[in-house]
Amino acid sequence: MQSMARPAPDATPVLRVEHLRKSFGAVQALTDVSLDVYPGEVVALVGDNGAGKSTTIKIISGVETPDEGRIFVDGEEVRIDSPAAAERYGIQTVYQDLALCDNLDIVSNLFLGREITRPLVPPFLRLLNKSAMEERAKPVLDSLGIRLPALSTPVASLSGGQRQTVAVARAVLWGSKLVLLDEPTAALGVAQTRQVLDLILRLKDKGLGVIVISHNMHDVFQVADRIVVLRLGRTAGVFDKASVTREHVVAVMTGAAAEVNGA
Amino acid sequence: MNPTANPPAVEKERKSVSLLDAWRARIRSGELGLIPVLIGLAVIWLVFQSINGHFLSSRNLSNLVLQIATIGMLGVGETFILLLGEIDLSIAAVSGVAAGVLVQLSVAGVSAWLAILAAVLTGAVIGLFQGWWVTYVGVPSFIVTLAGSLGYQGILLAMLGQEGTVPISDKFLLSIESSYLPAWLSWVLAAAVVAGVAWNVSRTRQDRFSRGLDAASGASIGMRIALTAIVAAIVVLVMDSYRGVPVMGLILLVFVVFFGFVLQSTQFGRHVYALGGNAEASRRAGIPVRTIRMAVFTLASVMGAIGGILGASRLGSASPASGGGNLLMDSIAAAVIGGTSLFGGRGSVYNALAGALVIGSVENGMDLLSAPSSTKYMIEGGILLIAVTIDTLTRRRRQRAGR
Ligand SMILES: Nc1ncnc2c1ncn2[C@@H]1O[C@H](COP(=O)(O)OP(=O)(O)O)[C@@H](O)[C@H]1O
Ligand SMILES: [Mg+2]
Repeated sequence: MQSMARPAPDATPVLRVEHLRKSFGAVQALTDVSLDVYPGEVVALVGDNGAGKSTTIKIISGVETPDEGRIFVDGEEVRIDSPAAAERYGIQTVYQDLALCDNLDIVSNLFLGREITRPLVPPFLRLLNKSAMEERAKPVLDSLGIRLPALSTPVASLSGGQRQTVAVARAVLWGSKLVLLDEPTAALGVAQTRQVLDLILRLKDKGLGVIVISHNMHDVFQVADRIVVLRLGRTAGVFDKASVTREHVVAVMTGAAAEVNGA
Repeated sequence: MNPTANPPAVEKERKSVSLLDAWRARIRSGELGLIPVLIGLAVIWLVFQSINGHFLSSRNLSNLVLQIATIGMLGVGETFILLLGEIDLSIAAVSGVAAGVLVQLSVAGVSAWLAILAAVLTGAVIGLFQGWWVTYVGVPSFIVTLAGSLGYQGILLAMLGQEGTVPISDKFLLSIESSYLPAWLSWVLAAAVVAGVAWNVSRTRQDRFSRGLDAASGASIGMRIALTAIVAAIVVLVMDSYRGVPVMGLILLVFVVFFGFVLQSTQFGRHVYALGGNAEASRRAGIPVRTIRMAVFTLASVMGAIGGILGASRLGSASPASGGGNLLMDSIAAAVIGGTSLFGGRGSVYNALAGALVIGSVENGMDLLSAPSSTKYMIEGGILLIAVTIDTLTRRRRQRAGR
């Protein structure tokens, strides 16, 4: 299995960011953020409100461009200047607001903007190949252990956890190497949270890198291999989950403990 | 078959879904589709028939078909706009301008087909113009099309000049309204439709089974084919017992079926729904949002123009009243009564056809009872209000069900 708490020293991280810096006008959102993610690893990004978690995710997903800093994908330095570019590098983001079309069914959402088609009246009309899309979606959903109602069910009638599942499945279906999740369990109940956490572990088992932002220390300690703590726009600590306590992580988050760069 | 797969998954293979199950699931999720409007239509027909025995006569039903051709065309165009969550208040005025262009060119000696082409192009240009304002300038469609509507009425007046009403003399243009299909051709077409439906549903079923997906049960596709055959046969029989299937009705049907196909089965149609459902999600998914908007506004105005051409043929003229009166409200009502949501993302052009039948039936029935315009307006207003209320309530139910 590719999942491991401590990446092998000679492995190449799927993503490495070094010394990101970003300001919005007078606001210094990021001062010095560095982190890396290995294949088959879940990295939790934690920090107080305003610590720079969302900004970091936005830079990696191409929504914002950094003022300074370097980004490497599979060891190669890259410029991610748009969401489309991030997608080309195999980086998919599951947004907090999910970005699903409620009126469309599950398959349509999975393939939104990437429908499988045949030319009909080029260049205007392309015929949807609905059964091919469903056929391709099935094994991906099964391999993620995702249990959903019939794929022709409109997304509007799904629960919050199921919607989150659809959004994550979309990232996997589109062959990404790295999945970014911004507060995926924030709006969910206990059972649904469990479902999403299980899904994150399955992504890891499939060898994907995962970065997950969460406020919930319980969730973080359930799924993360390593925990990156941001504080005031800096990487304030990187910890192996196995060798750190919740109390210590919280202390670093709030600045009560000295910065410790583990890993 | 994979022996390690868990038993439920194996059982699920080749699982068939009955038509009833499919309907039940849709009703539960708030997708009422055509059901309310078909019930409404049945009630309206029964009421009028019980008051006046001529209502369901083949002569009157044939008239009804001619009556709804323009409303139906405009309703189809409006449906596309509503699916985006926008509104087009100019579609009736565009039909008036198109009628004006058609008639003036024809009177000036231009051949009928060229005049038709010019009228359609006029619609396309207007649609591109409005789409551009909405998409690139960012003015709400409500305002752009309201302003446009006034402007186009002015253009129509200017075009008709002192003459006011300009009659059509071209035989071909007049014949669009007064032509009927010979019986044999109607039957051939009806048979072709049924064969097409049968071929399509059974091929889809085969395809899905061969991919190991659930598919409609044999009984349910048999039922669907039989239903199509019965409806087609009734329509042809009724129409043939008067003068035959009106060409105008056939034209409307061809457009409805074509755009129904475009919406349900093409990538463009899928993107129209996506945009109406969640524009931001569509943008992030890489859908060419602006192109789709422009295309839909253009398409709606083109449908307005085609409706205008049919209307001119029916009236035998273009006049300052072309595209005026309650045509705009009727077209929007046709779309909404059919069940297309004002909130975007839900509905279909078949709904517009059903809605046009409702509106047309009420007008036709009231005329038959020689009810005054006052009563007609109030009843139509009431029906529109009920339709929009159903839309709002089902939307609320969906929102409670989801999330
Ligand atoms: N678009 C923006 N414009 C101005 N300031 C911003 C913007 N985005 C984030 N910030 C600021 O940058 C800092 C970091 O924000 P953010 O990355 O959202 O933190 P977090 O997600 O950890 O709560 C905050 O002070 C926030 O106010
Ligand atoms: Mg945030």
